[in-house]
Amino acid sequence: MARWFRIVLIAWMCLLPATEVFARNMVQVKGSDTLINLVQKLAEAYMQKNPGKIIAVTGGGSGTGIAALVNGKCDIANSSRLIKDKEIAQARERKIDPKRVVIAIDGLCVVTNAKNPVDKLTMDQLGRIFRGEIKNWKEVGGENRPITLYGRQSNSGTYDFFMEFVLKGDYSSKMNQMNGNAQIVEAIKQDLSGIGYVGVGYVRDTKGVIVVKVAAKVGGYYGSPLNQQDVDTGKYPLIRPLQQYINGMPKPLIRDFLAFELSKEGQEIVKQEGFFPIQPEYAKLNKNLGL
Amino acid sequence: MTQRTEDSSKRTWRPRRKESAIHGLFLLNGVLVVAVLLGIFLLLVVTSIPAFREIGLREFLGNTNWNPTSFVRPSYGILAMLVSTFMVTLGALAIAVPLGIGTAAYLSEVASRRVREIAKPVVEILAGIPSVVIGFLGIVLVGPAIARLFHLPNGLNAINGSILLAIMALPTIVSLTEDALRSVPRSYEEASLALGATRWQTLIRVKIPAASSGTTAACMLGMGRAIGETMTVLMATGCAPAMPTSFLDSVRTMTATIAIELGEVPYNTTHYYALFTVGLVLFIITFIVNMVSDVVLRKYQKVSR
Repeated sequence: MARWFRIVLIAWMCLLPATEVFARNMVQVKGSDTLINLVQKLAEAYMQKNPGKIIAVTGGGSGTGIAALVNGKCDIANSSRLIKDKEIAQARERKIDPKRVVIAIDGLCVVTNAKNPVDKLTMDQLGRIFRGEIKNWKEVGGENRPITLYGRQSNSGTYDFFMEFVLKGDYSSKMNQMNGNAQIVEAIKQDLSGIGYVGVGYVRDTKGVIVVKVAAKVGGYYGSPLNQQDVDTGKYPLIRPLQQYINGMPKPLIRDFLAFELSKEGQEIVKQEGFFPIQPEYAKLNKNLGL
Repeated sequence: MTQRTEDSSKRTWRPRRKESAIHGLFLLNGVLVVAVLLGIFLLLVVTSIPAFREIGLREFLGNTNWNPTSFVRPSYGILAMLVSTFMVTLGALAIAVPLGIGTAAYLSEVASRRVREIAKPVVEILAGIPSVVIGFLGIVLVGPAIARLFHLPNGLNAINGSILLAIMALPTIVSLTEDALRSVPRSYEEASLALGATRWQTLIRVKIPAASSGTTAACMLGMGRAIGETMTVLMATGCAPAMPTSFLDSVRTMTATIAIELGEVPYNTTHYYALFTVGLVLFIITFIVNMVSDVVLRKYQKVSR
């Protein structure tokens, strides 16, 4: 028994340096649930073209990704919101210098059940619904049914973005806080009175939910996130950049992957996943990092 | 003569050294376990102290609102979470305890050997199902069923959590209660039957009360499992932070809150300390549950003597 144990111990010690090698060639990506499917597809395509390079992608929400970057636990943080000043200060304390690369554009979708007659809302109505001030569908032209809210949890960038951009206040404490975009879509498919917000990549080809058209003001133009023109011209109000944060100027391994994401092939994958390719102003920002 | 005593002293010295070495190893093990437990408790307490200083006990225990990332003003009240945790736990016990004791009684008294040989391993396999899988079943199976039954828009509520936690606590309760029932001395059963009681009366009035110490321990362990369960309640109870008003409301337990927020909270902020305080509260609750079960056990042991 002792000999068997010694053999196992030596074998384990020999394998340890091998994991070091893996770690050096591996890029660790963590963060946004909105971005996770997209970045996984990009990583798979990249790894197919570059065998030997490993890109590991996990979720956890934008907040988790940025926290991991600040604590030095990942190379790239996926984030569907901008980094906060507090987080930048903490990063500087730990000698981390967060730099931003925009890789896609999201038209944040508000979704309701397919059988719900309400299919357009103003930004003000959305704010009041999610703050809990409007409680029944009949107040916005629908049936007499209490509204069931579905949203994300506080570690989500989408949760933050929606709160700062649409609510400008706190969410209703009765909102169901789901783990991810997919769970919100699945819940609303089964709930006639449900309303929720998800990234546009999650409603592509999805039956059972409809994407609500949103107008910036009453009487304004109701834009849809599924319409490329509305997104490009800014007529759809809930447009946001999807970015990745890295530490300092990108090292060659990371730089290569980022360049792939921003290339024509990468942006093609972005379109296939249902998101929108980056707009020229963001491309200019990315050039500052040499991308 | 001297050689013989030297030999004999060598023969008694080596086994004694080995004995004391093994004794020392076991002592070290025991000390290590206690040290780890004490260490966890101290870590929780020390990391919670800044939270108590910055937030204050009244806000913590009195406020029902937990919203540290609020747009308006951060609030750190655990009351709603505390109530939610107790609701799902007590709901789970309300389902699992009668079901568990009944199943244990069936398996130890009524079931034929063949049925028992199949049923007992199956119940134990139930204990091995990962909590994520059970949470998933809660979302796709139990949830819609509850929604249909109670005419609710969705099935993500405290009842869903209770049912799932009952499934998870059941194997513990069944196993331990069955062992307790089996270890009731045959003389009790024979005496009862000799006095003319039926098998049912013997089971209900004699065997189950005699096994109450083991049964209580089983239920306490099941309760501990239910209180500490994280993934299942995170997925299936809806996680709405509002104070629940009924079992059909969406609830958010303390464990779910820690799981959601600890990953993204910046280290050494008030929010971070507050989460450790929630962990401390959970630790204390589990500790009290264990202590109570210990006291109850000792009382029953005294009575049965």
